[in-house]
Amino acid sequence: MSDVVEKTLTALPSLLSLDSQPGSAKLSSTSKLGNLIRGITELTSKHEEEKLIQRELTSIKDQVSSPNTSMRQMKELMVRAIYCEMLGYEASFSYIHAIKLAQQGSVLDKRVGYLAVSLFLNESHELLLLLVNTVLKDLQSTNLIEVCMALTVVSQMFPKDMIPAILPLVEDKLNHPKEIIRRKAVLALYKFYLIAPNQVQHIHNKFRKALCDKDPGVMTASLHIYLQLIKENSEGYKDLTASFVTILKQVVGGKLPMDFNYHSVPAPWLQIQLLRILSLLGKNDQSTSEIMYEVLDESLRRAEMNHNITYAILYECVKCIYTIQPKSELLEKAAKCIGNFVLSPKINLKYLGLKALTYVVQQDPKLALQHQMTIIECLDHPDLIIKRETLELLFRITNGQNVTVIVEKMLDFLRISKDDYTTIDLVGKVAELAEKYPFETMNTVFSLGGDMMQPDIPNSFLKLLSEGFDSDEEDRKLRLFAVDSYVSLLQSEPNKLPQRFLQVISWVLGEYSHLSAELEPATVMTLLSKLLDLKHTSSETKSWVLMAMTKLCEGGVAISVAQDIYETHSSSMDTVLRQRAQELQHLSQDSELYLMGGVDSSLSFLDGFVSEALAAGAAPYKPPHQRQEELAQAKALSLEPYSLSLPISMSSCSIADRQSPTLMSMSSGLSGDSTDLSHKGGSTTLKLDGVKRVWGREGYLAQREPVEETAQVEVPSPLRSPSQQAEADSTQSQTPTPTVTPELEQDKQQLASSLFVGLGSQSSVCLMGKSDPTPQRFRRKAQGRASSSGASEKTPTSLGSTPSPVDNLLCNSLLDSNLVSEPTNQTPQASQSLDTTNGNCHEELTDVKENNPSLIHNNEEPDKPKDLCLSSHLPTELSGLSHSEITPLCSNQSVNLSACHVQKEDSLQLVIFIFNSSDSALQQMQLQVDSGELKVNYCLSLITDSPVEEVRSHSVAVCHYSVTVKRPSVHVEVLGMLSYQLPGGTPQTIQFSHKLPLTTFIRPLTLSTEEYGSMWLAFSQDTKQNLTLINDDQDPLTTTLNVLKKKLQLHVVEIIGVEGIVACQLVQDQPCLMHCRVHAGTLAVWLRSPVPDLPDCLLYHCQRALQEH
Amino acid sequence: MIKAILIFNNHGKPRLIRFYQYFAEDMQQQIIRETFHLVSKRDDNVCNFLEGGSLIGGSDYKLIYRHYATLYFVFCVDSSESELGILDLIQVFVETLDKCFENVCELDLIFHMDKVHYILQEVVMGGMVLETNMNEIVAQVENKISPSGGLSAAPARAVSAVKNMNLPEIPRNINIGDINIKVPSLSPF
Repeated sequence: MSDVVEKTLTALPSLLSLDSQPGSAKLSSTSKLGNLIRGITELTSKHEEEKLIQRELTSIKDQVSSPNTSMRQMKELMVRAIYCEMLGYEASFSYIHAIKLAQQGSVLDKRVGYLAVSLFLNESHELLLLLVNTVLKDLQSTNLIEVCMALTVVSQMFPKDMIPAILPLVEDKLNHPKEIIRRKAVLALYKFYLIAPNQVQHIHNKFRKALCDKDPGVMTASLHIYLQLIKENSEGYKDLTASFVTILKQVVGGKLPMDFNYHSVPAPWLQIQLLRILSLLGKNDQSTSEIMYEVLDESLRRAEMNHNITYAILYECVKCIYTIQPKSELLEKAAKCIGNFVLSPKINLKYLGLKALTYVVQQDPKLALQHQMTIIECLDHPDLIIKRETLELLFRITNGQNVTVIVEKMLDFLRISKDDYTTIDLVGKVAELAEKYPFETMNTVFSLGGDMMQPDIPNSFLKLLSEGFDSDEEDRKLRLFAVDSYVSLLQSEPNKLPQRFLQVISWVLGEYSHLSAELEPATVMTLLSKLLDLKHTSSETKSWVLMAMTKLCEGGVAISVAQDIYETHSSSMDTVLRQRAQELQHLSQDSELYLMGGVDSSLSFLDGFVSEALAAGAAPYKPPHQRQEELAQAKALSLEPYSLSLPISMSSCSIADRQSPTLMSMSSGLSGDSTDLSHKGGSTTLKLDGVKRVWGREGYLAQREPVEETAQVEVPSPLRSPSQQAEADSTQSQTPTPTVTPELEQDKQQLASSLFVGLGSQSSVCLMGKSDPTPQRFRRKAQGRASSSGASEKTPTSLGSTPSPVDNLLCNSLLDSNLVSEPTNQTPQASQSLDTTNGNCHEELTDVKENNPSLIHNNEEPDKPKDLCLSSHLPTELSGLSHSEITPLCSNQSVNLSACHVQKEDSLQLVIFIFNSSDSALQQMQLQVDSGELKVNYCLSLITDSPVEEVRSHSVAVCHYSVTVKRPSVHVEVLGMLSYQLPGGTPQTIQFSHKLPLTTFIRPLTLSTEEYGSMWLAFSQDTKQNLTLINDDQDPLTTTLNVLKKKLQLHVVEIIGVEGIVACQLVQDQPCLMHCRVHAGTLAVWLRSPVPDLPDCLLYHCQRALQEH
Repeated sequence: MIKAILIFNNHGKPRLIRFYQYFAEDMQQQIIRETFHLVSKRDDNVCNFLEGGSLIGGSDYKLIYRHYATLYFVFCVDSSESELGILDLIQVFVETLDKCFENVCELDLIFHMDKVHYILQEVVMGGMVLETNMNEIVAQVENKISPSGGLSAAPARAVSAVKNMNLPEIPRNINIGDINIKVPSLSPF
């Protein structure tokens, strides 16, 4: 390659300068452009080039303005000017001449003129106005070439305001007899649509006409418009779906003239365009999707030729199939296609395969599992683009278990990446993962990503650190860890760390270094002060450092360090630094001031002043939002709470503001004790957790705490021994991710198992609930290894009368699982055939598969029969009540777990069904249910038809719990683990998680308006937001509240005018009050509750309920 | 939509620049430089797609390129274009150039910059793919070269005669075999 380059370059000047040769002699004498190019090629430096071009431009300038220049010369001059512009030298003087050339010249001159104009000018250039008349004239010309040129220049750039002037002419061109003109006119109109959509609104029906044009070229051009229109509003064009499908069918079927073939593929670009349109139309729309299944299948089938462009079609097909409502047969084919892409030795196809995988992996994680080895190989691919795409894919499948490995891979890549864009992108991703799965790799991110990263990344990291997680102990550990690691970092080589990281370090040290017992503040101070002396430390960082020191200066050495720093920085040019140094010095000198803990946020020193003013008749202070409220509702319902609510809203803000005796006395003792409780610790941090679970004078907190400790409830099981448990754990952790080809290297397999852990069902934690947000959609992917439990309609023994398609599906999935040898989640279908047993469906597999014409029906009502069969096992005391849909939790070869819940007035009853699908009895079965957010009160009953810890073959055991909410969250998650033993086998465990929406715990709270008023005052947690109002004919407020009442079981206390009050409670006895007001077309909602997070969670569900309505 | 089409040689010298979205002159030069920088350091056996320039349109923007002998053909497109589709479009464009110039080489692109632009105008119009049939493109371009202005396809010989008359500078008598752009017959993927 480089040889050729060399030759070219050495040849070029000599070619051009050899005067003796006749050809070049002619060249040098006649062509100015030739001269110019020769000159440039001979030059060695950028500077010389600049000089030469400037000379050239001057000469062009002289000539263009000379009246003697002929059109022909002018043309030549323009080309030279274009050349100079291309090299990056401005030739603005020639713009006007380009326009002149387009106006006056002959057809050929015009063409150069138009070309120059379209290269020189842009849409907003003022000279362009001069062109409008020319374009108008040319559009009306009888010379088709002139019309074409005008349309071309119009589609390249045309002033927006002038569109109306030429629009009718361009529209007329849609009826032009020549197809090339019609085609260009369509594209010009598309351009108009892009820059000024409202100006072409009236001609949308003309677009339709273009779509139906007899010439396929014009139709193709109109698809550009439709792609754009449908992208913006797919609803408006559903009626065209059938037309697009028909077009595609004809194209695929080879109905177009041979001219449209490209490498004997019929109109591939047209096909691609159509497939994109179809995928937009079929997204989230079952009926529209159904129209296109057939043609998609046809496209997949036809596009089997081995050419680049057919792969382009296949890729679009696959994307389309995964975007529209799924159809299992197509999905299967598409999955195979993706496989072909990924496995292809052609690197472009591999790239697209990875892209496709990334696209589908969230819906269908199994597919990534099938190709795990290829993915691992791609991680080590020499092409960085492939590598990055692989990381993108891994990013999508990250879960709690593989996050460390994936982030490690990303960081490896970050180390070798030299490209800014990649760095920024990747750092963002790593940070996102780190926030989701917090861990110490954040340090590496900071030091590598450096100052390139977005500023909000360190901010959110600090937020994470300060707000903490669920348990205080963990928070402490994490912070301590951070402090320790940062101190050691500072001790080694602080000068290499990026500024942002230093800022993070100093904040953390300032805030948390007291957590470390052996760390003297003075040591930290000294370390920090070293940072100030570093040359490259920016003044922003310095002020972070100084602020950290301000928090630390205490004790002998620290004071002297502070003194030193003050002396160096008190004369700093930077006022901020000077200020900080001053503060530091003051605080270190005055230990009393220091111990006060900084700001008295209650402004208690003003108390005297305030009480004097109040005594003199001044109105009490109201926070701004309340004042607004009151202004807005001047005429409305005057509910007692609002006039009194001032002290409450003060106490509800989380800053420690209770030290003010005056304010307390004003609050008439209403909120006194509730708030006092939370601040007994005297904590001055900004932690909101301090006010957790305190809701009033009743002393609710005291009641609750003892109960929390008993949260972990186990199924009573006398046979359980610690050693068995340990054994069970070990078998579970050893469960390897099976590999596709056993001869692959050991470490790759290890990597694979660490990367793809959590995607299959037998991995140590069942992530079904999380990793598979659309189980409904992809049910057919469920490849259960239901071994002997597989059922088939063809076996006479299966009298269980489950619907036959289900059985077929099961067989299919069996087939799949044999191919893939990957244990995966078994979803409803498997459990559906619970009662039907056995059957040698293996022999009949292929048969069954082909005899199953429509798998789509499988998805339609799969739950009913299973519900029936499982619901018969409901505990007797619940059987009369309505229960939720029975959802599958998880399963393996021998057990299927499913759950449902029953809402009772005072609690939620959670029922877990354990179905033993194996041929032998499960022994020593234990079920543990646990949750951070839930209080699992007790196991009410365990119903089996055999001794407690045993479940016979093909029978069901039922565990029944009564649960209430400990800490509200939008979805409450229950984690559980079932351990059991098959006869003669090792102990096994299976884990599951189950999500319950908070709404299942909400019950109406019936009270009177007066009670409401007094309760309102007592609650400290509040949230406000505007919700959408359901606008029907008459009374939007009532309608909206009724919807909420119906969906969330709220109790509407009273509706007065534009306001309404609503109450509900979270079982058990955790009230939440809601005040709604119609304001400017929205519903302004104010929620109050004694329980932290409850208002927020409830608000979320209200939003959902209204959206769904 | 196609945002820009850039052709430059192995040394980053621009040979044809066409932007379909407005960028200021210095920005254009910066884009050319950055694109060259990105593309030139890639081997010939890696994939033809690149994401990651930060200049045009951010993450929605891709570079799809092909490398022929001394020239890089780079199309900057957004996500609404099919990668493989554009890759073949480049091939169509180059094959058309080859047809129009008979063994096209870098010099043809330099000396007949205007004609290359006209060919491109028939392939891509305002950022949209207009025509992908090579014969059709050639017919359109050659038609317009002939001053008669008729739209009926001129016979090939007449066309080349016109071409030679209008463009006397073509250094045809010099051996330029080595710097031909090799238009490989499309290798099956």
